[in-house]
Amino acid sequence: MGEAIVITSGKGGVGKTTTTANLGTALALQNKKVCLVDTDIGLRNLDVVMGLENRIIYDIVDVVNERCKTKQALVTDKRFDCLHLLPAAQTSDKSEVTPEGIKEIVEELKQDYDYIIIDCPAGIEQGYKNAVAGADKAVVVTTPEKSSVRDADRIIGLLEQEEIEAPKLIINRIRNHMMKSGDMLDVDEIVSVLSIDLLGIVVDDDSVITASNSGEPVAMKPNSRASIAYRNIARRILGEAVPLMNLDEDNGMFSKVKRFFGMRT
Amino acid sequence: MTANDQKVLIKGTRDGLTLSLDDQCAYKEILKELQSKLSMKGITDEEPMIHVTIQLGKRFVTKEQKEELVDLIKEKQKLVVDRIESDVITKKEAFEWKENTEITPIAKTIRSGQLVEVRGDLLLIGDVNPGGSISATGNVYVLGSLKGVAHAGVEGDTETVIAASYMQPSQLRIADQVSRAPDYETEGVYMECGFIDEQEGKIRIDRLQEVVKKKPDLASFERRMRNG
Repeated sequence: MGEAIVITSGKGGVGKTTTTANLGTALALQNKKVCLVDTDIGLRNLDVVMGLENRIIYDIVDVVNERCKTKQALVTDKRFDCLHLLPAAQTSDKSEVTPEGIKEIVEELKQDYDYIIIDCPAGIEQGYKNAVAGADKAVVVTTPEKSSVRDADRIIGLLEQEEIEAPKLIINRIRNHMMKSGDMLDVDEIVSVLSIDLLGIVVDDDSVITASNSGEPVAMKPNSRASIAYRNIARRILGEAVPLMNLDEDNGMFSKVKRFFGMRT
Repeated sequence: MTANDQKVLIKGTRDGLTLSLDDQCAYKEILKELQSKLSMKGITDEEPMIHVTIQLGKRFVTKEQKEELVDLIKEKQKLVVDRIESDVITKKEAFEWKENTEITPIAKTIRSGQLVEVRGDLLLIGDVNPGGSISATGNVYVLGSLKGVAHAGVEGDTETVIAASYMQPSQLRIADQVSRAPDYETEGVYMECGFIDEQEGKIRIDRLQEVVKKKPDLASFERRMRNG
């Protein structure tokens, strides 16, 4: 029996889909059976980021409406046999599926996989409700910007009302020089406002964009800093205590965030 | 019940007149007697206004009946009703009273988009994040950082205050007054308290210790009784 983790943020464009793709890949690298579920119906992206767009035959709406079996809709990853994707529909609308429908699918997938990672659409309406319905855990992605922290706060408030474990936080797109100069909110500040456990930090890295354009998640590249960050997050999800990444050579930030080390999922 | 079967007893005091109304007879009888008693005396125009206190004893009167009494007495031009005193209140009133005099503790983080409203005083054990909102008919005390919106004295009590361990609110509201954070970036302040400065008629923020001096009855039961 696996567990279902929903990746959400409230705000759009903070890196939910990228995080989903990379966490899935990083977990698959650790030989876990992983299924990615894209619930952003009408605006599907996860398949593109994974480079699996041309293999889609059925989608999640087909499964909900019983036009196919769940297994038929799953797309196997190019790189890993243990990584699968349940794509969203591009031609339908978010209202075509119900939270109950998604929940049923996730429950079914949980039998066969170690981790189900659900990519949530932006916003707090129907799409969000669908995505959260089947999840056991939640990961909130935010960037060091006020607007995105505000939306993350809102989402955390909403998640608290669900029957779900306390959400964990990923801070994405960190630019160290801006954080140091005080032009960006720093990690401590964000964690203190949101007051939830930090699961990981990911630096802003050009290779993320290159990778996602080429349909190859950045987690595959062993020498990129973003890749290491995602792999570390995956290890923390598996229960390892991995220290937060050192953002720069000197240990200033390191010691500051030290107290978040002992985190486990 | 009263001596020689009078339903309405009129007594003169230093502050004016006290009308003691019998609490055992029918309400209509009181009206009748009041009418006849009040019309007996002709009061000349030279005399000053006379203030009247009505004592109802253990009689309960509705709002409409109160108005009726006041109107009836007002007809006699030189009489003004100051107060209506009754020894009894309804359960509903008592419940509201209780609510308004209580301090409600809430232990959670008020996040963006969340709204907490209480009657009486609010004691928040946690933060109010930007975009979050709390309000109370009485005082608001925050044992964490106040970064959102706080409203004290929602029903118009201008004596209420908003206190926080760390004060960096986007807006403070007390009764019908609003003050907002400046447009430039500011650091918050520790252990401060917002209140309405009576001289300026505006919300001011000062050190907690100073505010306590200015509002000595902050925590008194009487102050809380007035809420709502």
